[in-house]
Amino acid sequence: MHEMGIALEVIRIAGESIPAEHAGARIERINLKVGKLAAVVADSLLFCFQVASKDTPAEGAELVIEQIPVKLYCRDCGRQWTVEEPVFVCNGCGSAQVEMISGRELDIDTIELVDEDSDDNQPG
Amino acid sequence: MITSLGERHLLLRHHEHGHGHDHGHGDLIETKTRGSRRIKVVKRVLDANDITAGRNRELFACKKVFVLNMMSSPGSGKTTTLEKTLARLMPEMKAAVIVGDICTTNDADRLASSGAPVVQINTDQFGGDCHLAAHVIEKALDGIDLDAIDLLIVENIGNLVCPAEFDIGEDKRVVVLSVTEGEDKPAKYPLMFRVCDAALINKTDLLPYLDYDLKAAEETIARINPGMSVFKISAKTEDGFDAWLDWLKDQVRVKLG
Ligand SMILES: Nc1nc2c(ncn2[C@@H]2O[C@H](COP(=O)(O)OP(=O)(O)OP(=O)(O)O)[C@@H](O)[C@H]2O)c(=O)[nH]1
Ligand SMILES: [Mg+2]
Ligand SMILES: [Zn+2]
Ligand SMILES: [Zn+2]
Repeated sequence: MHEMGIALEVIRIAGESIPAEHAGARIERINLKVGKLAAVVADSLLFCFQVASKDTPAEGAELVIEQIPVKLYCRDCGRQWTVEEPVFVCNGCGSAQVEMISGRELDIDTIELVDEDSDDNQPG
Repeated sequence: MITSLGERHLLLRHHEHGHGHDHGHGDLIETKTRGSRRIKVVKRVLDANDITAGRNRELFACKKVFVLNMMSSPGSGKTTTLEKTLARLMPEMKAAVIVGDICTTNDADRLASSGAPVVQINTDQFGGDCHLAAHVIEKALDGIDLDAIDLLIVENIGNLVCPAEFDIGEDKRVVVLSVTEGEDKPAKYPLMFRVCDAALINKTDLLPYLDYDLKAAEETIARINPGMSVFKISAKTEDGFDAWLDWLKDQVRVKLG
């Protein structure tokens, strides 16, 4: 599917998230949150990431994918619950006024930079 | 003594704690045991797509155009439904179509016979051939006079997974499923049925020849998206088209006033 496009975006955003004071640092790990309903195949994303990260600050980095369950919220009775089956009706009051509060994530949560000696970055 | 960045990198990746030269460098040891410097990012990977989709949506609002994103698995009957839909709408509504067909112009040719302007999309080489992304629609808009139309219909790539994920700036989404596909399609692709506003159950003319459990399909849809409008149609015979066309015309009217 479109995992190559996703991998490229992950690499771009991760690269742009390196703070200026750590410019030039290499990324050691990228922590990604992926909702259970997100259209991403993890294995395929990992493969694309490996290929696409070459010659970028993310080269050799580990891509850690945390799967986020589908959680619903009922606007009528305030109930919150996790679903395994695709049933979007409140299991407490039967209401259809149900919101998905998690499960569609495709977010970069954090990046971890290879520890660098600040002295290394000083010019001269 | 200062270790070079390259060495340090190797050191950390292999979790080797060199108990020699780094001693006495408090900062360094602490960071090394933690392994690295963690930076909070919290960014949506599809942010760029959503920003472009937002721009498209603003343009559609400003030009007073209603946009329908039509999705389905391959061969459910999007093009046939659109051909018939356009033929019946054109007298009272000015419409245009964007069609994403990976390698042929067949769909574009069929749709063009309705008289509506049709833009055929050549998808990205970079993994974009499974869905239409917002920037692809933005580019296709160069070929459409938005001032001259009320309704823009996008025939997305035949795929029940990706297109559900990519906002293109549309007003409403409709999913087409056909009775030749098996009644468990909605349960297998819940996100698609969750994000769509209407479902067209197509090819009902074939029902007498199949064991398709229409009731089960409708019940599954109702569990995934209780508010969804469901229309049983045959794009071949145009059976059920009145209710579908009324829904579509209503949506356009609500937006354009
Ligand atoms: N019997 C019957 N056949 C239909 C109906 N709608 C479409 N078909 C046939 O199904 C096949 C696929 O229809 P298309 O309209 O090309 O489907 P599509 O969703 O546009 O296909 P892709 O763009 O390739 O994903 C064609 O042979 C159509 O003639 C219908 O209501 N009844
Ligand atoms: Mg088609
Ligand atoms: Zn409830
Ligand atoms: Zn895709």
